[in-house]
Amino acid sequence: MTATTTNSTAVKRRFRWIKLVKPIVFLVCLLPLISIIAAAANNSLGPNPVEALLHDCGEWGLRFMLITLSVTPLQMIFKWRMIANFRRMFGLYAFFYAVLHLAVWLVLDQGLDLSAAFSEIVEKKYITVGIIVILGMLPLTLTSNRWAIRKMGTRWKSLHRWIYPLSVLAILHFLWQVRANDILEPAAYLAFLTMLLVWRFVRMVKN
Amino acid sequence: MPITFKAGDKIRSSEITPEDVFHRRREFLKSAGYSVGAAALGLSPWSPVNAAVPELGAIGQWPGSTTEKQTPWEEATTYNNFYELGTDKGDPAKNASLLVTDPWSVEIAGECAKPGNYTLEDILKPHANEERVYRLRCVEAWSMVIPWVGFPLADLLKRFEPNGNAKYVQFQTIIDKDRLPGQRYPVLQWPYVEGLRMDEAMHPLTMVAVGMYGKLLPNQSGAPLRLVVPWKYGFKSIKSIVRISFVEEQPDTSWNLSAPREYGFYSNVNPQVSHPRWSQAKERRLDGESKGLAALFSEKRDTELFNGYADEVAGLYTDMDLKTNF
Repeated sequence: MTATTTNSTAVKRRFRWIKLVKPIVFLVCLLPLISIIAAAANNSLGPNPVEALLHDCGEWGLRFMLITLSVTPLQMIFKWRMIANFRRMFGLYAFFYAVLHLAVWLVLDQGLDLSAAFSEIVEKKYITVGIIVILGMLPLTLTSNRWAIRKMGTRWKSLHRWIYPLSVLAILHFLWQVRANDILEPAAYLAFLTMLLVWRFVRMVKN
Repeated sequence: MPITFKAGDKIRSSEITPEDVFHRRREFLKSAGYSVGAAALGLSPWSPVNAAVPELGAIGQWPGSTTEKQTPWEEATTYNNFYELGTDKGDPAKNASLLVTDPWSVEIAGECAKPGNYTLEDILKPHANEERVYRLRCVEAWSMVIPWVGFPLADLLKRFEPNGNAKYVQFQTIIDKDRLPGQRYPVLQWPYVEGLRMDEAMHPLTMVAVGMYGKLLPNQSGAPLRLVVPWKYGFKSIKSIVRISFVEEQPDTSWNLSAPREYGFYSNVNPQVSHPRWSQAKERRLDGESKGLAALFSEKRDTELFNGYADEVAGLYTDMDLKTNF
């Protein structure tokens, strides 16, 4: 009797804590966007602010993809159970920044010239890949709610495994526009992603 | 040694220190370690003045200059592609002080009567400088308008009396891992090399620049001497030259070696010939026209054939297919 009571208060306390922290995490994830816009207003994005905004949004999209994929390892390796409560938010932020990246390209870079944008998508393979990544993230975003999880059952999990190939493609999108051999940044992201994939593969083999 | 400007009795707008720079002058002096004498006199705070670098002297005005709005100095000197000083656009300005340009010499080699090693002074002294405001179109689809100071390349090349075998000219940037730390990484094959066909090199628009905005070239812009070929993509305008060689065969060029499918030898600005990764139909003009959030909504402009210099240079390519010879 007493044990159950203590248990439920502990659970309640945890829920209260998450409720408190969630808006803070939400705002922290929004900080990159706020600081980019503040920098643009402040003329500190350099001579080509559209390019800076475009690249920043794209990179944050990729970073949030990798953060989302890091949740399970963080949970397992560091016994950090709390982090799992924010996985959905991180995933949605990945989509948010990716869509922002696309919108900046379409509206500010291409000037909403849809026929020019379309031929760019078709002709330039790194842009084709970028579009595939965003389209691929769409069903994941749309099913990121309790109702879909309940409704889809085991299919939900296999659908959301798409995040792995999509993140590989996102890095490819980055890698393919590098000039000369200046691959340091995309290579660093690729190394991090490889680490995550290897960890998962090893766990899968063990189990 | 102070630099004197005898361009006339008017003070040109480019010589006036922008207000924000004026307010930062102490900060600058501190960072320069008080070593730059000319700066203390209120002259160019950016170009380190070395005793061996010849002064610009009287600067004539070239009548063909474009009257388009010029890119502010601050933007032209903080947004650069000079991979030897770092691959981010802001890196060259940050690392500029590493490129010591004193002493400097230029080797003249190949098919000419007067090859040899020439000091910078030997190279520059016989030439009177003039200001030419040119459009600069980068292959990355942005452009600037820059008032260069220099003289026609043809005047320099003729002094070495190229012979009949000189069909092309090859240029080479200094190779020095300490002065250009980017050369520690195999981003491109070092040293950076570029080339022009002889008639392109001798064209009156092709210039050697030693300054910009009435000042000596800052290091990030290719001090102490660079090429400026306004109808070609910016990467053809090689910086910090130490070797000029007259050759019979079409010479290697760095970007062509790196990605032959993407960068040809000619690399003439051409909105019809799309780079495999960027359309070249339009360009973003970086001229500081709009500020703040409004700058995010500034529109691109149409790119012109030969960067708007078709009347002057189209004759060089009359029998050539510009799509295959991109």
